[in-house]
Amino acid sequence: METVLRRLETVCFSLVAGLVVVCLHRVFLGVPTEVTMGVVQRIFYFHVPSAWVCFLAFFVVFASSILYLWTRKSVWDTLAHASAELGVVFCTIVLITGPIWARPVWGTWWTWEARLTTTLILYLVYVAYLVLRGQTENRDQEARFAAVLGIVGFLDVPIIYFSVKVWRGHHPIVFKTGGGQGLDPVMLHTFMLCMVTFTLLFALLLIQRFRLGLLREELQELREQEQILGA
Amino acid sequence: MKNLRFLFWAYTFIWIVLAFYLVTLSVRLRSLSAQIRRLKNRLSPDPDSGKPSRSRS
Repeated sequence: METVLRRLETVCFSLVAGLVVVCLHRVFLGVPTEVTMGVVQRIFYFHVPSAWVCFLAFFVVFASSILYLWTRKSVWDTLAHASAELGVVFCTIVLITGPIWARPVWGTWWTWEARLTTTLILYLVYVAYLVLRGQTENRDQEARFAAVLGIVGFLDVPIIYFSVKVWRGHHPIVFKTGGGQGLDPVMLHTFMLCMVTFTLLFALLLIQRFRLGLLREELQELREQEQILGA
Repeated sequence: MKNLRFLFWAYTFIWIVLAFYLVTLSVRLRSLSAQIRRLKNRLSPDPDSGKPSRSRS
């Protein structure tokens, strides 16, 4: 498994390195400036993909947690833990870049609007998930508690997604140019490219973080082995 | 180019968060690999006695 993960890591790294350069070039030099928001709208080329990756990461936690509770195989717990950490990292980016955009456009750093509030709740739930890890001596009990929290926490994701429609929040539909209804093709292509890049970046980081989890397990086994031999 | 500083800070924070995470991940990976190597060396059987080596190297 180690060899396969390392190969995948190399492929992802090469792709991400190239695509990040292309994305930055297109975001700063390729796309037209949005008519109402001006240059700050360019934040969204990284803000929205970060949000997408954050939801994807928490979906991986959700699915892996279900699989862990079903099969009781520690590999699913390791994957869930790895993905939760990444979800929190990308959610941090969302929660930092969102207010930086909001200040010049809404005139305030933060408002208790539905989408923002539910995103903050999601962030706090998964921070709690990470804090929970390593709080008990019993590895199985810790994994079970974390799995339940990982599943329950994900229920917030559809609420975030539909919050703008249900509660009529003023979180914007980001892309509008030239006064028309549709999205400028250059903006759309750049946006899609950023989405692909961030998804690959997530895959790369997930592989690395998953490897870290596997190494931790190996270390634990070796320590137990040493204790047995030392006894 | 109104509000350019907001754009600058947003992208600066993105790179700071990602770079910080990558560095901590890399440090943790290296540290764990080193610990595993050390433990494996300690547990590898002594060629003379056939028992695990107890050296602290």
